[in-house]
Amino acid sequence: MLHNISLSIQEGERVALIGESGAGKSTLLSALQNRFRDRAALIPQDVGLVRNLSVFHNIYMGRLDRRSTAYNLLNLAWPQKRDVAEIKPLVERLGLGDVLFKVTGELSGGQQQRTAVCRALYQGGAAVIGDEPVSAVDNNMANLVMSSLSQQFQTVVLAMHDVDLALKYCNRIVGLKDGVIALDRPVDTLTRRDIDFLYAGSG
Amino acid sequence: MTASPSLLSGLLNRPRYSPMVRTSLGFIGVALVALYFADISITTHDPWAEINRMVVGVFTPDFLAIDAIGSALVKTVAFALIGVALGAVAGFLLAQVFHFTLVRLVCSFVRAIHELFWALIFLQMLGLTPMTGILAIALPYAGICAKVYAETLEEAQMPALKTVPLGAGLVSTFFYVRLPDVWIHIVTYTSYRFECGLRSSAVLGFVGLPTLGFYLETAFSEGNYSEVSALLITFYLLIASLKYWLRPRLIGIYLLIAPFLLGGGMDIKLTNVTRFLTQDIVPAPLRGGDLMAASSWFEFSSWASHLIHDQALPGIVATLLLTQIALVGTAFLSLAFFPLISEKFIGKKGRVVGHLFLVILRSTPEFILAYIFLQLWGPSMLPAIIALSLHNGAIIGHLMGRFSNAVLLRADHPSGINLYGYEIVPRIYGQFLAFLFYRWEVIMRETAILGILGIATLGFYVDSALAEIRLDRALFLICITALLNVGIDSLSRHIRRRLRLNRTVQSY
Repeated sequence: MLHNISLSIQEGERVALIGESGAGKSTLLSALQNRFRDRAALIPQDVGLVRNLSVFHNIYMGRLDRRSTAYNLLNLAWPQKRDVAEIKPLVERLGLGDVLFKVTGELSGGQQQRTAVCRALYQGGAAVIGDEPVSAVDNNMANLVMSSLSQQFQTVVLAMHDVDLALKYCNRIVGLKDGVIALDRPVDTLTRRDIDFLYAGSG
Repeated sequence: MTASPSLLSGLLNRPRYSPMVRTSLGFIGVALVALYFADISITTHDPWAEINRMVVGVFTPDFLAIDAIGSALVKTVAFALIGVALGAVAGFLLAQVFHFTLVRLVCSFVRAIHELFWALIFLQMLGLTPMTGILAIALPYAGICAKVYAETLEEAQMPALKTVPLGAGLVSTFFYVRLPDVWIHIVTYTSYRFECGLRSSAVLGFVGLPTLGFYLETAFSEGNYSEVSALLITFYLLIASLKYWLRPRLIGIYLLIAPFLLGGGMDIKLTNVTRFLTQDIVPAPLRGGDLMAASSWFEFSSWASHLIHDQALPGIVATLLLTQIALVGTAFLSLAFFPLISEKFIGKKGRVVGHLFLVILRSTPEFILAYIFLQLWGPSMLPAIIALSLHNGAIIGHLMGRFSNAVLLRADHPSGINLYGYEIVPRIYGQFLAFLFYRWEVIMRETAILGILGIATLGFYVDSALAEIRLDRALFLICITALLNVGIDSLSRHIRRRLRLNRTVQSY
């Protein structure tokens, strides 16, 4: 899929990977995900939720490493007040307040996606890597998700299908075409027209 | 008979047959040869008179024997509950370490030995105590649950694993990600196992535990067929109503009550246990002898070769003959049974009757079916063949019926026998063979145990050795039975892999 790609990302950058489907975005992104497992929260394309657990538990899992095993198990059986109190504002912001204790397998695609975003936000850390984190939500919600991610994380790397959103929230655009990086520039030097060629059909 | 050689060679030599068909024909051929050597005579003097009395009994169930029925059912359920619960918990723990070869081997050996054999072993060790019945169920069930749970955990997708933060402990990850993903499968499988546990528990009565089998045998020996009929009907109702009373929330309560319903028994004597383990099961030539001396080992080898030659080999031959015939019998009956519950062939009302028929055959343990037929026809392989084929044919027929319902047909599909032969059977044949090969090992296990009823399979020699209180011989023969079973299991796995049969809801 990818040919000889080298990409370096600096702290503080907000990178959008764009390009037609099949251009290699997901491949590049999973390579990044594997490389930075220890430093970045992940929002995979398949959202990576445990379908039989509630929204609350799925979000709590973002911090499984910070509590003792005994506390984790207690919280699995009886959701603890202080964790509920901490997670509640997050879900309410992204419109999941009503479904906090529903199992995620019963939710719509958009709700599942927002749950995955909440988990990443709750996990925190310096960086987030996400594969199309707003593909299943409406425009308002997409803006909300993008601004939440940009506020929470210093470094952001997202595959995006919506170029306007990418231009609005990111400061660097990496365009892929036929498995190679065809475009890599700061956003403030770009216009929509510079990007169109990526979607002009492969030659 | 003149046509058959050309027919046979015609069938076998045509290269156009698929591997599945060739395998099927091979198995049919083996079964025909086995049938030639098998003893399928009817030895009772006047089977029809007995059948007459039995049929009258079936239609005049005597529910007034309520004391016996109540006690039989309560104890059957109590033993099954505790045995399966212990087996499932132990199996769950073993599943976590199932990747160790030693654990896998021990589990396959433990489950290769039939519950009744385990019961016979523990009877010698612990006497006629509730613990004997519980362990006889728990031990083999732990072995099978460990395998199925481990496979379930291994095959789950678990997309969430990659998002778990590094540094989350193994235990937390297990309970948050791995277990929730497979929980529903584990619950479904375990409740299916409980249904099997009820049958196992019922059959344990035949070796003296106070479960259904005990009351059945008593009623049979008194010729009280109306009570037999009442006992069996209430047992079917118990199984048919499982989904109404086996609620996850109630299981805890059941398990608290069950130990008090098992009834008493002799005390377990520690001296018996130690004597069993350190003397009784040690082969006679080695008992108390000098293990360093060559002469004791020489005696041991002549002891073992006599045992193998006089008992194990004839037992193995009979067990294999019966297994292969019953396997093919099962195949034919399941092909005949599945249309009875298939939407493709039968209307709604007809299917209710079909379901009832198959549920009765499925719910009656093959041991009890064989016992009934044996009363009718005397001890030959015939009752065993019919019992095994009916019970297993009903199980596979039920699964195939459900599969056939999912087959999508074009609008102008044929009907009747053409529909059966051209559209349905070819589409579900792979699935059918998969079920059958999974069942092969189960059929063999049952075949061996039917020896207790007087058919000359391995169980017959085990039972005779126990009657002579030669526990060393009994245990030696049980181990051979287990090895034979492990062998069939791996042969079946090999054939399934070679024919690329899909994994299925196994161990049904």
